[in-house]
Amino acid sequence: MSEPVKVLGERRAFAPLLTVEGLQVRYGAIQALRGVSLQVGKGEMVALIGANGAGKTSTLRAVSGMLKASAGRITLEGKDTTSLKAHQLVPRGMAHAPEGRGIFPNLTVVENLELGAYLRKDTAQVLQDMEKGFTLFPVLKERRRQLAGTLSGGEQQMLAIARALLSKPQLLLLDEPSLGLAPQVTETIFRTLREVNATGVSVLLVEQNAHLALNAAHYGYVLETGEVVMAGPGKALLDSPEVRRAYLGE
Amino acid sequence: MSQLLQHLINGLASGTIYALVALGYTMVYGVLKLINFAHGDVMMVGVYMGYASAFALGREAQRSLWGVVVIFAVAMGGCALLGFLIERFAYRPLREKPRLTALITAIGISFALSYGFQLDVSFDGPFDFSIAGRRGGSFDFHFDRLVLLPGASPRAFPEIIAPTEWFILGDRDVVLWNWQVISLLIAVSLMVALQFLVYRTRFGKAMRAVSWDHRTAALMGIPTDRIISLTFMLSSALAAGAGLLYAIKDTSVTPLMGLYVGLKAFVAAVIGGIGNVPGAVVGALLLGLVEEFVVGYAASTWRDAVAFGFLILVLLVKPGGLFGRVAAEKV
Repeated sequence: MSEPVKVLGERRAFAPLLTVEGLQVRYGAIQALRGVSLQVGKGEMVALIGANGAGKTSTLRAVSGMLKASAGRITLEGKDTTSLKAHQLVPRGMAHAPEGRGIFPNLTVVENLELGAYLRKDTAQVLQDMEKGFTLFPVLKERRRQLAGTLSGGEQQMLAIARALLSKPQLLLLDEPSLGLAPQVTETIFRTLREVNATGVSVLLVEQNAHLALNAAHYGYVLETGEVVMAGPGKALLDSPEVRRAYLGE
Repeated sequence: MSQLLQHLINGLASGTIYALVALGYTMVYGVLKLINFAHGDVMMVGVYMGYASAFALGREAQRSLWGVVVIFAVAMGGCALLGFLIERFAYRPLREKPRLTALITAIGISFALSYGFQLDVSFDGPFDFSIAGRRGGSFDFHFDRLVLLPGASPRAFPEIIAPTEWFILGDRDVVLWNWQVISLLIAVSLMVALQFLVYRTRFGKAMRAVSWDHRTAALMGIPTDRIISLTFMLSSALAAGAGLLYAIKDTSVTPLMGLYVGLKAFVAAVIGGIGNVPGAVVGALLLGLVEEFVVGYAASTWRDAVAFGFLILVLLVKPGGLFGRVAAEKV
């Protein structure tokens, strides 16, 4: 039903972690995703770029179980997770820092972090991991007793990432981490993301800022009106004239 | 002066009962943003469950300590189950629908319970059954009639706590009844337990997360459906406890009592700022006191008018209630 995906260049080999095949999502009569297929390997960082309304957020939400797929198949480590709900996917290693950061402003920074570790029973290890989060983002430690709603946008994004990491994920889904942030803050966050990725956590990243995302990611997919139209290693996509014209304003 | 003290005692006694019911409204509103208009009627069903179990226990047993415990346990447990069923089958299917749909459903359930209980459905007996005790003895029960739905006429609620005057000042200027103290103690300890649960436990943290945004809460691995079910069970059990205290005070039980008490408790929750736990308590105590002073110093016919007038006044000055915050919608 769709045009063939234009693939640029060779993909580095990673063991498969997440596989999405022919994913469709509908909001009532509107079809948001019209058969999206993509893969994320173990330890790979994958970017999903595209214009507003292309279906980036819907893809993430379907993968993390927030949305029901109307067709298609999602597998995580070879196991079918298509019909699982969000809270059932967390123990399988999925962490989703949603659009708009999704922090709990009525709770303190520490309480937010504790919720990230909601399902974990290894209390001592959780405390250590929380300290690790504080080393990634020292500003969170200073503000640990503050209500999360009083943090700045960048700090809230850091909290969202630190909280997602506390569930010890294999796969981290991030929705627009750069949205509304100053360039310097964005840089800090992306540097940390690369560090986190280097420790073996796979990342599936949705970004409007194509330049930033494709520079950081091993591999990228370009989404247009609910379909993948192009795919390739980050650098290859950055160099392609179509991407430069459509998403980098050249 | 002694009159003032007496009114203060009476007002606080009824205020704490309102508070227990108001907490149910506020908790459910907290997690679902739903005004559960059936809440008062769940309370009424709880009172009938207590009534039935008092009846089954018989005159002697119902006044003993374990009898009272059994009556409260049956009513609170039964209501927890009822609250679970209502949420599971009436509200959950409507979770993603516009909020108004669930609200109208709640009103429907309220009427179904309060008018359903006015039907007269019973089976003539005799029915005998016995429960074998562990050491050879057995508990035997005998009923002439089994009543499924009690009918419209009010019934006298048995004196499960025999009224005694515990504290008297002057020539009966100020009287403190034992049931007032007991109900105050029960209500206060339930509130303290609730406050602890919401702010100091893992379940409470999950509840507060769900109350902010249940979709994001699910991303933390929180089983939101289970948290919502438990919230309904908890609030219904509190309502049953409150209903029994109210029935002990009022000495009667009718199918329409839920509408009346429920509405008052709802007013109390709104005065305090709906969704706010301490607000519900303060609102309920204020409402209890205001009502009592109107009855004491003006005329009892003015009681409800002043109660609702008080609500209007509070909302005029503080639209979010005393403890509530009006959240500015961010775009």
